[in-house]
Amino acid sequence: MLELRFDPVRLPPRCNELRHEVREFLAAEVAAGTFDPRDPESGSSTAKEFSKRVGARGWIGMTWPKQYGGQERSFLERYVVTEEMRVANAPTRHFFVADRQSGPTLIRYASEAIKRKILPAIVRGEICFCIGMSEPNSGSDLFAASTKATRVDHGWRINGTKIWTSNAHNSDYMIGLFRTSASTRENRRHGLTSFLVNMKAPGVSCNPIGQMSGQKEFNEVVFDDVIIPDDHTIGEIDGAWKQATSELAYERSGPERFLETYGALSELVDAVGTQPPATVVAGIGRLVAELHTLRRMSVSVAGMLEAGREPVVEAAIVKDVGTVWEQGLPHRARDLAALVAHETGPNVTFDEKLAFYLKIAPKVTIQGGTTEILRGIIARGLGLR
Amino acid sequence: MPEQESYVVATAERVFADLADPQSVIQLRNDSWRAPAWAALLETGLPLAWVPEVLGGPDVPLDEGFAILRASGRVALALPLAEAMLGAWMLAQAGITPPPEAASIVPSGPHDQILVGRDGRLAGKATCVAIATEIERLAVLVASNEGPHVALVRTTDCRINGRPNLAGELRASIDFDGVFPLAYAKAPAGLNHAAVLRMGAAVRAQQIAGALERMLEISVRYATERIAFGKPIGQFQAVQHNLAKLGGEVAASVAAAVSAADAILHEGLASDASILEISAAKIRCGQAAEVGAAIAHQVHGAIGFTDEHVLHRFSLRALSWRDDFGNEVFWSTELGSMVARVGARGLWPLLASR
Ligand SMILES: Cc1cc2nc3c(=O)[nH]c(=O)nc-3n(C[C@H](O)[C@H](O)[C@H](O)COP(=O)(O)OP(=O)(O)OC[C@H]3O[C@@H](n4cnc5c(N)ncnc54)[C@H](O)[C@@H]3O)c2cc1C
Repeated sequence: MLELRFDPVRLPPRCNELRHEVREFLAAEVAAGTFDPRDPESGSSTAKEFSKRVGARGWIGMTWPKQYGGQERSFLERYVVTEEMRVANAPTRHFFVADRQSGPTLIRYASEAIKRKILPAIVRGEICFCIGMSEPNSGSDLFAASTKATRVDHGWRINGTKIWTSNAHNSDYMIGLFRTSASTRENRRHGLTSFLVNMKAPGVSCNPIGQMSGQKEFNEVVFDDVIIPDDHTIGEIDGAWKQATSELAYERSGPERFLETYGALSELVDAVGTQPPATVVAGIGRLVAELHTLRRMSVSVAGMLEAGREPVVEAAIVKDVGTVWEQGLPHRARDLAALVAHETGPNVTFDEKLAFYLKIAPKVTIQGGTTEILRGIIARGLGLR
Repeated sequence: MPEQESYVVATAERVFADLADPQSVIQLRNDSWRAPAWAALLETGLPLAWVPEVLGGPDVPLDEGFAILRASGRVALALPLAEAMLGAWMLAQAGITPPPEAASIVPSGPHDQILVGRDGRLAGKATCVAIATEIERLAVLVASNEGPHVALVRTTDCRINGRPNLAGELRASIDFDGVFPLAYAKAPAGLNHAAVLRMGAAVRAQQIAGALERMLEISVRYATERIAFGKPIGQFQAVQHNLAKLGGEVAASVAAAVSAADAILHEGLASDASILEISAAKIRCGQAAEVGAAIAHQVHGAIGFTDEHVLHRFSLRALSWRDDFGNEVFWSTELGSMVARVGARGLWPLLASR
């Protein structure tokens, strides 16, 4: 049976310096008005320029090979940059997906020419990526994807629709999953291929979809006879299913998987002051204990990745426990704050901030693989499937 | 510490399995296994694990000692090894050579206070002290005008009122009035009431994590063996998801406990970092015990509710360990107070410092 190991990995001392550099950089950005750390929605108009400045500091693609503009720094260093930006509510949307996911996928599976062209531009913070997996009739069941890529001279023609594509409207490229053959009776996962898609290519259109939180962050992306050059396939044709699993450990275990509603906790601590009632003190203590534990789990997984392991189950656990926790956080903050609000009158700022986190809470256990899908992966790791 | 490579931990694991396997203990239905098992444990020197060589111990590193205790949780060890290790650790801290008889540690509750009079006799009461037939001495932290001291006391000199806890292990109220210590020495800087509670809490976190690891293992195994509606219950998605959730609780408890042990090794018992780590571990392991035990029992159905099944030896111990050395609310209050003190601006730097 699987042993769940979470060694007490500590961030090495050089991470401290890096952390201070990131904090100083972010403080300067806040001072310059790029974003407001207490407003997670701020920074949408500045995100693009911000991305270039982050790139100039060498904080995008920092673990990647030097030949593609990276610095071959450790995952633990990347971890520090990611968590500092997340907690500060920095507008990372222009580079975050490329840094975490698309870049590493290209490094592993793209042609040399593509790597040389695209990766340095990601590192400079110039280009934005989105992920085109979900379709109207294919969500958790990725292998039901039906958007078609058909062979043409020197390339492929794409027709169909992706949906829920975050940030597609700002993206330069998508890594999309398209059907290149029918699935087979022996293997229903067969027949899908990953492609690099230029979002500015003729025939690609983005239709924004509003979210219940008031944001317009995801889209429907329609492909109408879009032509993709031959060398833009990413990995094995018809064999994308083989590529998916190893990357998930990176995607699932990061600090963004439990810090999305962190603002609700810091706003709570701020709102209740230095001498809150006993129930509030204990409630905050519990939340902090849980958050600390999640972070220690997540750092431990980062350490395993750094050591070259593939902790797929551990990563799924971090995301499962982490997202369920961050989903509950704003509700528990609301509960506790009420005890103080009664004494000092309603706290308008707190309530406003809280409302945002309460509204985004439902999505965290859906995006990037639902709770149910994660638990299936964990159960498989435990030997039950 | 590269755990699987630790010879000491592997040896401990083997000794536990040979001497105190929970299934054999249940089948015996009496305590005849205890004396030989304890004698064999004494032989291994494990109870003195944390005692330096100059005081007659093997000087096992702190984190390996914690790993031994997690291993003891994995067999639901029903012998007072953790108590003996803690008692000997505290005596050794004050330079007292631990006696051959095992000593439990006092205090183990947040509100206990033992004082010393001018005549050298102790006064005061302790609650929730773990005792057992093997425990013949007590290592007691004593408050005095000259600062905290450590006293070694004979149990038969005290008035002890022991009652079984959830798992049937004895927890005692102890009246120290008029007791004259066998040995008495000044505690080193930093060893005070709070530090003892933290050390004890970190130990209980390890034991809980160990018990949960085994609860997951036996639950998964049972789910692959038990047939219902024509297939192993582990093939039902509801059961799979419950076990996945148990996996998450095990992961959290292990991560928190191991991290706290590592913090004590490198930062001692008094830093803000250690306070965060230890309180978080005791809180999170306590929560995991509650959620985890419920799932393990649910998966087992009625068989797991019987006295003959091993599961209760793990579940009830894990649940009862929550009460020793401060429960979840106690530690939440400690941690929450620290957070209120550092405020929202200090919270993230505190978390990120670990
Ligand atoms: C904010 C947000 C951003 C997103 N961004 C992107 C993006 O950038 N790119 C992208 O490709 N996608 C994106 N998604 C889509 C996301 O990946 C899917 O929503 C997710 O995979 C679930 O798919 P679905 O919504 O179709 O739900 P469904 O798969 O239809 O699931 C509905 C419910 O059924 C459950 N369910 C489904 N199958 C099973 C099963 N086998 N066992 C038990 N329960 C099951 C699910 O867990 C869920 O609770 C985003 C989603 C959100 C909310």
